Amino acid sequence: MSISVHIQQQYSGFDLDVAFDVPKGLTVLFGRSGSGKTSVINAVAGLNRACQGRIEVDGQVLSDTAAELWVPAHKRALGYVFQEGRLFPHMTVRQNLLYGHRMARGRPEIASFDQVVDLLGIGTVLARRPADLSGGEKQRVAIARALLARPRLILADEPLAALDAPRKSEILPYFERLRDEFSLPILYVTHSMAEVARLATTVVALKNGKVERVGAAADLLSDPSFTPLGPREVGAVLDAKVACHHADGLTELNANGVALLLPKLAQDVGKPVRVRVAAQDVILSREVPTGLSALNIVAGQVCSVRSGGGPGAIVALETAAGRILARVTRRSATALGLVEGTCCYAVIKSVSVAPQDIGAG
Amino acid sequence: MIGWLGPEEWAVVLLSLKVAFWAMIGAALPGILVAFVLARLEFPGKQVLNVLVHLPLVLPPVATGYLLLVTFGTQGMIGAALKEVGLVFAFRWTGAALAAAVMAFPLLVRAIRLSIEAIDPKLEEAAATLGASRLRVFATITLPLMLPGLLAGLVLAFAKAMGEFGATITFVSNIPGQTRTLPSAIYAFLQVPGGEAAAMRLVVVSIVIAAGALVLSEVLARRIAARVGQA
Repeated sequence: MSISVHIQQQYSGFDLDVAFDVPKGLTVLFGRSGSGKTSVINAVAGLNRACQGRIEVDGQVLSDTAAELWVPAHKRALGYVFQEGRLFPHMTVRQNLLYGHRMARGRPEIASFDQVVDLLGIGTVLARRPADLSGGEKQRVAIARALLARPRLILADEPLAALDAPRKSEILPYFERLRDEFSLPILYVTHSMAEVARLATTVVALKNGKVERVGAAADLLSDPSFTPLGPREVGAVLDAKVACHHADGLTELNANGVALLLPKLAQDVGKPVRVRVAAQDVILSREVPTGLSALNIVAGQVCSVRSGGGPGAIVALETAAGRILARVTRRSATALGLVEGTCCYAVIKSVSVAPQDIGAG
Repeated sequence: MIGWLGPEEWAVVLLSLKVAFWAMIGAALPGILVAFVLARLEFPGKQVLNVLVHLPLVLPPVATGYLLLVTFGTQGMIGAALKEVGLVFAFRWTGAALAAAVMAFPLLVRAIRLSIEAIDPKLEEAAATLGASRLRVFATITLPLMLPGLLAGLVLAFAKAMGEFGATITFVSNIPGQTRTLPSAIYAFLQVPGGEAAAMRLVVVSIVIAAGALVLSEVLARRIAARVGQA
């Protein structure tokens, strides 16, 4: 286990009691605001001393109340990316980047200064001050500063929440690269389903200060009973590889032998991608539909039908491409006779898959 | 200007600058410490400390001077002990500097405290996560960011020290060459017939020094503000 957190903390009118052990990779702490996400990440960072319990990262114990052990924040070898960037206003970008770098000399380098600057594309702003940077640039500098501190653990607290949609899609790929190119454990706080789908290896879902669910991202996202933000936000993630780019602006993916057509992607042929298919964009049909404009029709077998309190139901479909979730009305589910074991077809419009729901696999 | 001022007046000006300079320097470190404590720490008795620090601002200066005399005089509790180690305040220029420092202290603390309160503690947290110890956080983040306030406070303290009269004259009297600072000298010149011209010359010097200090602080504040990115 890479990160092990077992902590309790009493607030007025709110008890935090969280325990989880997660493997390497990018772990998302997911939940609504007020669920205790930030308290947990700050406990791991050593910024929340009021917290009782035990925290261990990669075999190193960071705090253990029972053993009266508490490693102060500055000795935890962290790279913390905050929501607001928190760049030092009285220093240039270069000085900001070197601040943690200089104090981390004893630890192994993750990437050289030039490599990090290059990776995040901030070579042209090194002489500027934070006040002269755009929101996206600030966040890229904050990521670089965290990486250059030679951390054993990357922490990120809603790093995209303060950015507008285009900036979000500018920064997201950098976290994918952090996850894929460096073997660092990452703890990432968010309340956005799209970020969970794009980034998470493991999901820890928090609710009112307690762990609601823990599991591999793919399992949790394709579980129709996991609807922390309501049925509108449900959507399974399919793993695929880029098969080819077509001349008419479409990219063909190969998801375990099933061809999927999506609007053109930037990724090269052969690269792995993760595609989030929102449940409410999936249409189900009992027969092979014909004369339809939708390009993707995937055959599968119903493995569960879950009705909520409202008129809707979430149907989980086992297909060769992976599990797909579809949100339909209960009336349709009854009319089509959808029960466990029913064979049917999932219809997915190419253009319904939003660009921010497609990321590096 | 050397020819324009008489040797006696020139001595007054130099003494005043010396007294104000050392008052400012002496008050700086305790000022930063107290301002930091008041801005950042919560503890029982914080209000008592706050009142104590601000007392010289509201107390009649003569009362402050008298209190200094009974504590720091050669017979006083602290004064007697310090005399043993060779530090005498009573009726010396050092006493004038002490009186000026005490009177300037509330102004200095107020300015520094405001500048510390304006610093986002989240920046200091960020520095800690990057590996900086508490001391290093203070030296590299807190201190540079509070510099404009510190500077404003120091200039204010210097100006206050230059003009301090009541506490000084009560504590260390008005001894030419020893404790006769600008205000004491102006007062003394006005007590003797024909002293108005000398008094007026010293008033002009006071205006020049005060205005110069203000301009200097303005220039420095702008430079620092541009440097710390708060302009």
